[in-house]
Amino acid sequence: MNVRLAAALLCLISPPVFAQGFAGLGTEAGGFAVPENPLTFDFPADHGPHPEFRIEWWYLTATLTAPDGTDYGVQWTLFRSALAPMTAEGWEAPQLWMGHAGLTTPEAHFSAERLARGGIGQAGVTPDPFAAWIDDWAMVARDPVSGDALDALALTARGMEFAYALSLTANGPLIFHGDAGYSVKSAEGQASAYYSQPFYTVTGTITLPEGDVPVTGSAWLDREWSSQPLSEAQEGWDWVSLQFDDGARLMGFSLREADGGRYTSATWIEADGTTQAYPDGALRMTPLAEAQVAGRSVPVEWRVELPDRGLDVTTTPLNPQSWMDVTVSYWEGPIRIAGTHPGRGYLEMTGYE
Amino acid sequence: MVYTAVLTLLSHWRRHPGQLLTLVAGLALATALWSGVQAINAEARASYAEAAATLGQDQLSRLSRADGRPVPLADYIALRRAGYLVSPVISGELRDGPARLRLLGIDPLTAPPQTGAPALEGEALDLAAFFTAPGLLLMTDETAAGALPPDLPPIVLRDTVPPGAAITDIGTAARLLGQADPNYLLVAADQPAGLPPLDEARDLRLQGPSTTADIGSLTDSFHLNLTAFGLLSFAVGLFIVHAAIGLAFEQRRATVRTLRALGLPLRTTLVAFGLELAGLALFSGALGLVLGYAIAAALMPGVAGTLRGLYGASIPGTLSFDPVWALSAIGMTLAGAGLAGLQALRRAAQMPILAPANPRAWAQASARSMRMQALAAGTLLAVGVGFAVVGGSLEAGFATLAALLLGAALILPATLGLILRLASRSARGALSEWIFADTRQQLPGLSLALMALLLALAANIGVSTMVGSFRETFTGWLDQRLAPELYLSIADPGEAESLLAFVRPRAEAVLPIVSTEIPLAGRPGEVFGQVDHATYRDHWPLLAAAPGAWDRVADGEALLINEQLARFAGLTLGDVLEITPDLSLPIAGVYSDYGNPTAQASVTLTRFTETFPDVPVTRFALRVPPEDAPALASALRDDYGLPPDGVVNQAQIKRFSLSVFEQTFSITGALNVLTLGVAAFALLTSLLTLATLRLPQLAPVWALGLTRARLARIEVVRSLILGALTFALALPVGLMLAWVLLAIVNVEAFGWRLPMTLFPIDWLRLFALAMLAAALAAALPALRLARLSPTTLLKVFAHER
Amino acid sequence: MDKLLQIDGLTKAFGPVEVLKGVSLTLDRGETLALTGESGSGKSTLMHLAAALDTADVGSIRLDGIEMSHLNDPARAALRRDRIGLVFQQFNLIPSLTVAQNIAFQARLSGRHEAARCAMLAARLGIGTLTRRYPEELSGGQQQRVAIARALANRPDLILADEPTGNLDEATGDAVLDLLLELVAETGAALMMVTHSTRLAARLDRRLHLSRGQVSAVPRAA
Repeated sequence: MNVRLAAALLCLISPPVFAQGFAGLGTEAGGFAVPENPLTFDFPADHGPHPEFRIEWWYLTATLTAPDGTDYGVQWTLFRSALAPMTAEGWEAPQLWMGHAGLTTPEAHFSAERLARGGIGQAGVTPDPFAAWIDDWAMVARDPVSGDALDALALTARGMEFAYALSLTANGPLIFHGDAGYSVKSAEGQASAYYSQPFYTVTGTITLPEGDVPVTGSAWLDREWSSQPLSEAQEGWDWVSLQFDDGARLMGFSLREADGGRYTSATWIEADGTTQAYPDGALRMTPLAEAQVAGRSVPVEWRVELPDRGLDVTTTPLNPQSWMDVTVSYWEGPIRIAGTHPGRGYLEMTGYE
Repeated sequence: MVYTAVLTLLSHWRRHPGQLLTLVAGLALATALWSGVQAINAEARASYAEAAATLGQDQLSRLSRADGRPVPLADYIALRRAGYLVSPVISGELRDGPARLRLLGIDPLTAPPQTGAPALEGEALDLAAFFTAPGLLLMTDETAAGALPPDLPPIVLRDTVPPGAAITDIGTAARLLGQADPNYLLVAADQPAGLPPLDEARDLRLQGPSTTADIGSLTDSFHLNLTAFGLLSFAVGLFIVHAAIGLAFEQRRATVRTLRALGLPLRTTLVAFGLELAGLALFSGALGLVLGYAIAAALMPGVAGTLRGLYGASIPGTLSFDPVWALSAIGMTLAGAGLAGLQALRRAAQMPILAPANPRAWAQASARSMRMQALAAGTLLAVGVGFAVVGGSLEAGFATLAALLLGAALILPATLGLILRLASRSARGALSEWIFADTRQQLPGLSLALMALLLALAANIGVSTMVGSFRETFTGWLDQRLAPELYLSIADPGEAESLLAFVRPRAEAVLPIVSTEIPLAGRPGEVFGQVDHATYRDHWPLLAAAPGAWDRVADGEALLINEQLARFAGLTLGDVLEITPDLSLPIAGVYSDYGNPTAQASVTLTRFTETFPDVPVTRFALRVPPEDAPALASALRDDYGLPPDGVVNQAQIKRFSLSVFEQTFSITGALNVLTLGVAAFALLTSLLTLATLRLPQLAPVWALGLTRARLARIEVVRSLILGALTFALALPVGLMLAWVLLAIVNVEAFGWRLPMTLFPIDWLRLFALAMLAAALAAALPALRLARLSPTTLLKVFAHER
Repeated sequence: MDKLLQIDGLTKAFGPVEVLKGVSLTLDRGETLALTGESGSGKSTLMHLAAALDTADVGSIRLDGIEMSHLNDPARAALRRDRIGLVFQQFNLIPSLTVAQNIAFQARLSGRHEAARCAMLAARLGIGTLTRRYPEELSGGQQQRVAIARALANRPDLILADEPTGNLDEATGDAVLDLLLELVAETGAALMMVTHSTRLAARLDRRLHLSRGQVSAVPRAA
């Protein structure tokens, strides 16, 4: 998940604050905290919000299949964006929340957006028992669990034409990106706290205009927070989460810079949760084919290479028109993987709006 | 060949850039005013259509508590958590002595788009400042300029906010009003799939949007008004174009003659002229579109405010660009330029090759054409009177106006000629004799511009008389009709008794007001139940009353209806009106009811409750000594606990009504001024045109012993004389116009007739304006004449012309 | 100081073109003078300068001892109005006024209007029956007669005529000139007349020839 999108929310709400974000490296613009290496995590508290940081999200993607073999994809995201590094009760709490929900079928893509302010209970996150919600959209701990607070979740969202209700069960540990969760986002050193739960199995129901469809599949949850938007030179981001048939996973992103350069980062995740982080340059992401989406040209097919792992795959979208038609629009949808490591995954591309 | 011909013709403009400017400006102005008005109309109509298509109504539904108390925040959150798209509003009034401000606190994050909330995108608003303390208040500059409570957050001016109110973030409103719970919730028109209907979901009351009639038909008259003004402006603009094209043609007579002598066929000449004209029209039209768009954008917020205030129609205060609009405006410009250029083309077609290149005073007024024009004018005036007599529709009213104005304009040159002839008889001295004779000779060349001036002046007088009469009647009526000092409303009928117990000892009289919406004579209407009280007997202006009307109404034997109902249904005293199958009563009186588009009938409270037992009494009018009203209002709010919206004093209603009224006519005023400006410009261009053509006539007078400065002064005086005479003729035309507006158009459009009041002071002001316009228009040509080199004048004698 | 009109060293240029190059001439009261010359020789310019319609670059023009170059615009207008009668080739009547009004116009401007004199002039010029008509209803010869009546009605000291018969056929022209000379003689005014016709020039007291901006006397016999 991407800093830029949340920064866009911030930008939307507060252009001057956003501009200050570029002021300099390591400064605590506006009194917000910045992630410092090494990070120490404290769960379940860290599953909850960090109001002292400017931006944060709970972001889940699921690749699903119906009994008839049709593939689907689901996205559920809750963003938090702070106008000031504090919480408060009531209407004037300086925390804004934005929810995005997406549902992709081979023929259609649905998206919905909700906005809310903090302090009145319309949206928020509590760590224990875990609950993240905006309006009637929710990601909540399903039962009291012995393991991690995120191990068993119920996920719901509803748009004008669609809805879904999924049950998620983790069968692997939390994994940490970068240097034990300290994920560097640019050569200048902008960084975020970034961990994932990539090992969910999913059952549930998606509701389409045609009716309900039972589905099963797997899901991936990302947690990230920081205070600094991307480097000024970075225009957008192409991000993948890949689940290979052999049980291994890969998270990779490639930040596009104005001069045509790219900053890449990757985390290789073994089936048992062992991770290896790769620095800038180890991962190569090359666009293969573009599609006309919502009036712009978007690279929807990619070649992804990680030579160190002998990885060389191509990705094709379930639906090239997976455009999130929300206030700040972007492409986000399920993909199929072919090549040395076949499987399924999710692709997100921003900065094409 | 055509190319060469066009180039030759175009070369003229290089040497006369001022003339080109005039032509372009004239066409652009005409296009601008016309297209501006069209843009406003189109925008408003589009938004009506949109409202009808998507909502079926003009406003959003609301959820509120039956007892009128605020909706607990927890209830709001529960609704959101259940998935309903509802948006909270905290409203209330800030008071400090006489200063009052109504606050509307909205939540832009959840507000449905129809709310009129400041958009999160595309508007120049610092949203961070809007969301965080101290917040921002959006209000009109008029509200901002009025008396406001102290210690308010920073103010941002927005034209679309209702008068006397401020829109702000709900957080800001909560802090300023000390209230966390929303007063009501706005309900988005579309709700997510799969939720149970909202009215079953909670014990909150769902109120549908309140609307009484199809907005499109109600606002038709307003738009027809604008269209009429747009057409008037367009016509006036065409006068300018006509003058400029005429001049350009006269000056190129010799060129055309030479071209034809050199073998250019007549057809090609005409084609070349046509192409040149089309090119200029396209260019000017495009320019006019830009101007028109700017005018429309500037006027749009006012129009939106008017429509909302007068008709409850919600339209955006902004403008979108419509290519059809642009095309039709350009088409109009082309057609208009063609019309204006027709005469020049015809003359070019009829000109013999060997005609002397001698520019005669451009339309040597033949008495015959003047007679024809007068005849046409007479016919038009007769037609106008015919329409006025037959009448019966808004279209007939406007047809009367059009025929009247056009007829008056057409008869102007003949009338002016007559006056000048009479005046010249009494002229003493060679110079004054010459001035009158010469002015008469110039009439044909100036008549178009003077006709434009007449139209503008008459429209000005007519509209300002109408508005003035309306204002005077309306304020008088408000003073009379709004006799009760305080008006109370409660949300829960069950509260009525405790409220009455609180109020009775403190007020001289408590008058319940109860009404229900019901069709009357097949039209959307409202029935009122009233108690018998001196307040009504003394203060309700009855336009017509049967003997003992009030007594009969009090006895439940008769009813009263408003003027609108009487007019449209053709009801008179004694006729029986059926309200319901159970309630039919004879009409004992007709009362005036300005500012309300719907039909009304009034019966006694007893009759009303018999017929409509389910309609609760939730409104009361209080009579108290005026000086005690503020104290009682405060007591009702603070001691009794009535919500701020529940108590309204008379002064507030009056102020609100008048500000809506003023807003309604502000656009008329703006168009008036623009039209007058265009007319002055038409006069200027005509005078400039004549100035060049008239040199041969002025040169001998100069040679015989008048200085150029003196001649220039005479030119200004002449323009003033013509302006004054035109004004003198415009005055009766304008008053007739006002009469038609008041007695025909208003009756058809609104259903009420207003007495006409005359405002001589306004006439004086307008006369001064007309004189200023005439003087300004003559100033440039006169200045040029005064500074003319003698050599130019001598050329008249020296050259064969 | 006997000279009614005294012109000395008059120079006038229009842009780079020097039209008059030091022209000098005099005119006595009651004298008639013909100015001849080819087109563009400066005849009309000289005429306009003498009529105070234009100003010279160099040189002096005195009318009855009054130096024109010293006068401002209103004074020059007054001079034209009160002392000078003008007759143009194009007649240059005021189209919006009747014949009678045209004849009386200048005299009334200068406050010397005598109805009887105007009537006499109209009668003498053979236009007595046309006084209620407008100029456009008259023939060229009739129009020029009106112009002459107008020039004389004011009892001017000096009559300036620029090709007064130039737009008329020969017979009409001769008749008009006859009347002009006759009336000038009767009123005692001086006449300076521009013409390119030596035949007509010969009928005046004196003749000057203008060539390339310079003037030379032409002996009567020639």
